[in-house]
Amino acid sequence: MARLNLRGVKKRFKSTEVLHGIDLDIGDREFVVFVGPSGCGKSTLLRLIAGLDPISEGEFMLNGRRMNEVHPSQRGIAMVFQSYALYPHMDVYENMAFGARLMGLSKTEVEARIAQTARMLQLEPLLKRRPRELSGGQRQRVAIGRALVRKPEVFLLDEPLSNLDAALRSEVRLEIARLHREIGGTMIYVTHDQVEAMTLADRIVVMNAGRIEQVGSPRELYETPANLFVATFIGSPKMAVISAERTGNALAVAGATVPLARLPAGDGSLRIGIRPDAIRLQRTPTEGSIPATVVYTEYLGENAFVYARLVDGTLVGIRTTPNDLYEPDASVGLLLDNDAIHFFSAQDGRRLPA
Amino acid sequence: MSTVTTTYSDRPGLIATLGRDGLIQIILIANTFIMLAPIVIMIFSAFKTTPQIFASPFGIPDFTNLVNFSRIWTQTNFLQYLINSFVVTGASMALILTLGTMAAYALARYEFFGAGFILMFFIAGLTLPLKLAIIPLFMLMRDLGILNNQLSLIFVYTAMGLPTTIFIMTGFIRTLPNELEDAARMDGASEARIMWSIMLPLVRPAMVIAGIQNVVPIWNDFFFPLVFIQNDRLKTLPQGLTTFMGEYSTDYGVLYAGLTLSALPIIIIYIVLSRQFISGMTSGAIK
Repeated sequence: MARLNLRGVKKRFKSTEVLHGIDLDIGDREFVVFVGPSGCGKSTLLRLIAGLDPISEGEFMLNGRRMNEVHPSQRGIAMVFQSYALYPHMDVYENMAFGARLMGLSKTEVEARIAQTARMLQLEPLLKRRPRELSGGQRQRVAIGRALVRKPEVFLLDEPLSNLDAALRSEVRLEIARLHREIGGTMIYVTHDQVEAMTLADRIVVMNAGRIEQVGSPRELYETPANLFVATFIGSPKMAVISAERTGNALAVAGATVPLARLPAGDGSLRIGIRPDAIRLQRTPTEGSIPATVVYTEYLGENAFVYARLVDGTLVGIRTTPNDLYEPDASVGLLLDNDAIHFFSAQDGRRLPA
Repeated sequence: MSTVTTTYSDRPGLIATLGRDGLIQIILIANTFIMLAPIVIMIFSAFKTTPQIFASPFGIPDFTNLVNFSRIWTQTNFLQYLINSFVVTGASMALILTLGTMAAYALARYEFFGAGFILMFFIAGLTLPLKLAIIPLFMLMRDLGILNNQLSLIFVYTAMGLPTTIFIMTGFIRTLPNELEDAARMDGASEARIMWSIMLPLVRPAMVIAGIQNVVPIWNDFFFPLVFIQNDRLKTLPQGLTTFMGEYSTDYGVLYAGLTLSALPIIIIYIVLSRQFISGMTSGAIK
C-alpha cells in the first residue's frame, strides 16, 4: 500500500521559488511519470518526495502520514539516480547489501533478498564485479536492484534511461514496465522524453516552470490537452498552432475561410491546434482549404511527414502515406478534419470546449 | 564505403613522430639523471671518509666500508632520533589528514554561513611564511608550557599542513558526484557513515597526494626542532645529525650516512604509495 498526497508543496532555493504549489495525489501501485522540459522542476519535486531536499512550504503525506520531517531512509522510498550513483569501490553484491544491512536486516535475510533480486534482474553472474567493469545497461540494472533489495513501497526513478543508447533504451523501458507489473509498487518516473512518458505511464504529470500543467492518462493528454503547453509538448511531430478568427460558422485562418460545423461558443479570435493526422493534403487547393507551400518531406518508411508553411508563416506538419510525396515549393491545400481540431483561448491558451 | 584508403599525406610523417617522441624520451631520461644524481652522490658519500669525498666526489666507493654507519649507531642516539621523527611526523600526519579531510568534506559539501570565508582563510594560510612568526610562536609555546615537548612541533606542523591538505581535498571532493551521497542517504547511512564508508575510500588518492606533499617537509624539517627542542632525547633526525657538524670540522661521511638512513623511510613510503599517487594525479584527467 502506498498512497502519496502532495498539498501545496513549494520549494525555494534562497529567494527563488522553483515549485509554486504542487497539489497531486498518487494512488497505490500507480505508475506516474513526471514529464516536462528541463528546468521545469520535475527532478526537484522527485527529490522533495525522496526527502533529499527539504520542502519549503506545504505538505507531503505518505499513506496519510506527514513525511516532511521524516529521514529519507525512513520513508519506505527507494530511488534510482540518473547517474546510477553506484558506489565505485564496492562490487555489485556490496552495492546492494549496503542499504539492506543499514536497515538492520539479518545476514541471511540480506543474502536471500540479494539472491532473489539478482535472479529477477539477471545479475547473478555480475555479483563480484565492480561498477566500472559493467556496461551501461548492466549498471542500470544494478541501480534498480539496489532499490529493489530494500523492498520499498515507492520507487523513484530519475531519468533512468538518459545515459543509455537508443537501442538499449527501448529494451530497458520494457524491462521497467515488466518490473512494475511484477513487484507492483508505486512508481514515480521522471523524464523529459514524451515517448517514455506515453509508453510507461498510467498517468502523466506534465510540468512547466514549477507548475503542473495537466495530470491525466496518456490518452487524455493526447486527445484533450488542457492547454497549449500540453498540446504542443505531447505528440511528435508537434501539434501546429495557428491563430484564427471566428465569424459565424466559419473560421478565418491564414488567408482562407474555412466553414466548420463544430466550433467553440462565441465570436472572436482563438488559436487552433492541428496534429499531423488531422489534415488531408490537396494537390490543388479548393474552396475551404488553407493554402500552403511545401517546405520539405520526411520519409520514414511506413509514414511520411510533409512540412508546409502557411501564409502567416506557421509551419505545419502533415502525415501522408509514403506513396504521396511532395516536392519542395509545391502549392498545396490543407483540408482540416473538424473533429480532430483542438481549440484554445487566444488570451490564456486554455482549451475551449467545442 | 567501408574501405579506408590512406594516402601518403594522411599518415603522420614517420620521422616527425619519431623525432618528437625521441626528444621527449631524451628529456625524460636527462631529467631522471638530474633527479637521481644527488641521491646517488649522497649514498656514495655515505661509504667514504671525508678526505675521500673531497678527493673524488663522484668515485664509486667501497660498499663494504660501513664505518660511517657504525659511528652513527654508536656515537649518537640515532634510534632515539628516528623514533622521535616517526612520532612527530606520524602524529602530525594523522592530525593533518583527519582534520583536513573532515574540514574539506564540510567545505565542499555543506552549505553554511561563512563557508567561503573559511576556505579563503585556509588558502590564505598557503601564502604565510610560518618561519616569520617564529618569535611569537616561541613565546606561545613557552606560555603553553610545551617548549621542549614534541607537542609544540606537532601543533606547528599540523597548522602548516592543513592549508594544502584542505585545498587539495576540497577540490577533489567537489569533483565527486553528489548523487553518491544522496544514494547513501536513501540507503539509510548517517552523515558519519557516508563520510567513512563512501567518501573516504573515494578520496584516498587525494589523501595520498596531500600526505606526500606534507610528509617530506615535516620529516626533513630542521628549523622548528632547532628552536623548540633542546633536550637531546627529544631531538628529531635532521636535528640529531648536526652532532657531526662541528664548528671547526665536519665529518661529511658520517653526515651522509645519517642522511641516507633518514631519507630511506620517506623513499620507501613514496615507492609504496606511488601507484596511488599517480592515479590520484591523473584522476579526472581521463573520463
